[in-house]
Amino acid sequence: MPRSSQTEPSALVIRDVNKTFVVPEQHVDTLKERLLHPRRRVNKRSFPALRDISFDVRAGEFFGIAGRNGSGKSTLLKCIAGIYGTDGRIWRNGRMSTFIELGVGLNAELAARENVVMNGIMMGLSPKEARRRFQSVIEFAELEEFTDLKLKNYSSGMHVRLAFAISIQVDADILLLDEVLAVGDAAFQQKCFDVFNDMRDRGKTIVFVTHDMGTLRRFCHRAMLLEQGEMVYIGDPEQVGDRYLELNFGRAPEAAVNAQGHGGGDGEARVTQVWVEDEAGERKPALPQHQRITLHARVHFMVDVDDPSVSVYILNEEHKAVVVVSTTRDHEHTGSFRTGEDATFSFTFQNVLAPGRYSPMVNLAHRGAGVDLLDQFRGEFSFVVSGTDALGGLVDVPVEIAAKRSDGFVVPELTS
Amino acid sequence: MSATALPSPTSDEVLGEPIQGPRALTGDWRRFWHLSFNIAKTDWKLRFYGSALGVVWQLVRPLMLFGVLYVFFTKIGHVNSTTGVGSQYYGAQLLGSIVLFTFWAESTAGSVRCVVDHEALVRKIQFPRLVIPMSVVMFTMFNLALNLIVVLIFTLASGVRPMASWVELPLILLMLGVFAAGTSMLLSAAFIYFRDIQPIWDVVNQIVFYASPVMISYATVQLHLSRTLLHIYEMSPLAVVMQQFRHAMITHGTPSAPNAMGGWSHMVIPVGIVIITFVAGFYVFNRVAPKVAEIL
Repeated sequence: MPRSSQTEPSALVIRDVNKTFVVPEQHVDTLKERLLHPRRRVNKRSFPALRDISFDVRAGEFFGIAGRNGSGKSTLLKCIAGIYGTDGRIWRNGRMSTFIELGVGLNAELAARENVVMNGIMMGLSPKEARRRFQSVIEFAELEEFTDLKLKNYSSGMHVRLAFAISIQVDADILLLDEVLAVGDAAFQQKCFDVFNDMRDRGKTIVFVTHDMGTLRRFCHRAMLLEQGEMVYIGDPEQVGDRYLELNFGRAPEAAVNAQGHGGGDGEARVTQVWVEDEAGERKPALPQHQRITLHARVHFMVDVDDPSVSVYILNEEHKAVVVVSTTRDHEHTGSFRTGEDATFSFTFQNVLAPGRYSPMVNLAHRGAGVDLLDQFRGEFSFVVSGTDALGGLVDVPVEIAAKRSDGFVVPELTS
Repeated sequence: MSATALPSPTSDEVLGEPIQGPRALTGDWRRFWHLSFNIAKTDWKLRFYGSALGVVWQLVRPLMLFGVLYVFFTKIGHVNSTTGVGSQYYGAQLLGSIVLFTFWAESTAGSVRCVVDHEALVRKIQFPRLVIPMSVVMFTMFNLALNLIVVLIFTLASGVRPMASWVELPLILLMLGVFAAGTSMLLSAAFIYFRDIQPIWDVVNQIVFYASPVMISYATVQLHLSRTLLHIYEMSPLAVVMQQFRHAMITHGTPSAPNAMGGWSHMVIPVGIVIITFVAGFYVFNRVAPKVAEIL
C-alpha cells in the first residue's frame, strides 16, 4: 500500500460537501401556468443527498466509494467531477478526467473513427491529439476491422469495449469512475483489471464508485462507505465490504421459532433457535467465504434424552444440501440431558460455501443413525455467504496449484 | 472508525486547483471552440449521412420557399410592382432575405430544445454548458454559408457586379449572428423552466417573418403602415439586417437601412436590442448553467 509523504499534496481534497436537491412537489414548467397563477407558491421538498462529506484522496491512491443505491455515491462523484455544484469546497491536484458512465456521447449513427475523435474532444483533448490516439484506442478495443462501421451495427460487447477504450485514452492523473468494471466478457474484464493495475502502478489516482465488494477489496487501497448521504466509514476496504454487506442484509437476524418450522419428530425435544457466527464469535447475517464459521442450534428437552444426535443440512436456494455436518459420524455419545434442560450444539467448519443464500435444516434425533426424529427444524432462518468471484461450483475449496514441465522442472509462476 | 478531524484548509495553493461546479464558460476557450465546432460539424455530417444528394437538401428548403414566393409575388400578387426602382433585383433580394431569415429561424428554433436534448451529456460530462446552444448556432452558420453561395450566384446571374459595399457583409452577418446567439442562449435557458416556449417561439418566428423585409420590401411597408407600427417595425434588428443586406449586397437602388429608416439615430434601438439580447442571454444562461444538470 503506497503511502505518500506528508508534504506531498493530496490528489483530491474534499471539505464540507453538502448537496441538497430541492424537488418541487408539483412541477410547474409552462409559461402559461406562471402567467395564470403568478402568486401560486409551489411547495418544495428538500432532499439531502450528501451531508458534510470531508475526506482526502492521496496521490497515487486507488480509492473506493461504496454504498447502497441512493446512498449518494454517484452524487458525490458528480460533485467531484464538477457536474453538480456544491456548497462545500473541493480541490484537485493534477489533470482529472471523469467517466460517470461508459459511452456517454457516443453516437450510434457515426463510425468508430468519428466517435473516438469526438469523444476525445469532449474529454478535453485537442482534435489533433484525439486523432493521434485513435489507433491505440482501436487496438485496445480490438476493433481494428470495424473502424468504419457505424456504432449502431456494433454488438453490445463491441460497444462496451470501444467505450471503455475511449475512456482510458485520456492521459489524466486523476480518474473518476462510476461502476465501469461491470462490463464485457471475462476476457475483456481481465483486460480492464490489467489496465487498472497498471494505472495503479504508474501512480495514477483513481476514485471508483461501486457496489461490487469483490472489486473494491481487490483493487482499492482505501475506501469509504456512504449511507443516506453520510460517510459512515472510511479506511480499510475489507471493513467497508463487511459493513456494506451488513447494511444490505440487515443486522444479525435470528430464527424466530415458529410452529411451522418444526415437524417430523415425536416432540420430546425441540430446536428452539439456530444462528451462525463468524470467526470472531459475532452473529452475522452475511459471512465471508473461507473463514471458519460456527452454526449453533439451541435445543430444549421436554423429557430426559440420552445421546441425541444432531445433524445440520445446509441447503442452498434450490433446497439442495450442500454441506451436511452431524454428530452421527464420530460422536456416538453426545451427553445425557434432563427434562427442562437447554443445550446448544455448535458446529464449526471452514466456510467453503459458494456465495449465495443458505438456510440450515436441523434434525434432532434419538440415539442411533439419526432417523428416529425428536424434532426437525426448518425455520425461516437463512444466512448469506458473501463473495463475488464465484467460479460456479456449489462449494469453493482452498486449492494449491502446481505445474511441472515435461523436463521435470516446476513452473515457478504457479508455486507461490 | 470514522475519519479523524481533517485539517481545515487555509490557502488554495497548497491544496491545488479548486473545483467549481458546472458553468456556462470555464475559461478554456480552445476547448470551448473545439467542442462547439466539432459538435456542429458532427451534426452537420449526420444530417446528410447516407443521402445521395447530401448537402443539396439543405439548399432545397429556402429555394422552394423562394420559388413559391417569387412566383406568387411577381406573377400573381403583384405586391411588388415590377416597374419600381431596382425591381429587376427582386428575386435576388427575396432569396437573400429568405436565406437570412432561415438562418435566424433555424438557429433560434433549433436551440430552444438543445440543452434538454443533450441531457445525457449535461448530466454525465463536465464541459462548458454554453457549448450546446453555440454549437446549434454554428451548425446553422454552416447552412448560412452554403446558402449564401447560392445567393451570390443568383445575384451575379441577375446582373449585379461586385461592389465595394460587399465589405459591409461581414458586419451585417455579425449583427445577425450576435442577435441569433443571444436569443438562442435566452431560449435554451428558458425552455428548461418553461416547456411551452417551443410552440410560442414558432408563432413568434411566424410574426418575425412577416415583420421583416423578406417578401415585401421596406419601401412598400412604409406606404401602408401607420407611424406607430412603422416605428415598431423599424426597431427590429432583423428588419435592419435585411434592409442593409439588400442595399449592400444587391443594389444601391434599395436605400440603406439608416437612410430608409430616417437616419443613424434610428439605428440605436435595433443595435441596442442586439447587444442587450446578447448580454441578457449570456447572463441568464450563465445563471442557469450551474443547475441544469440537476433540474433536467
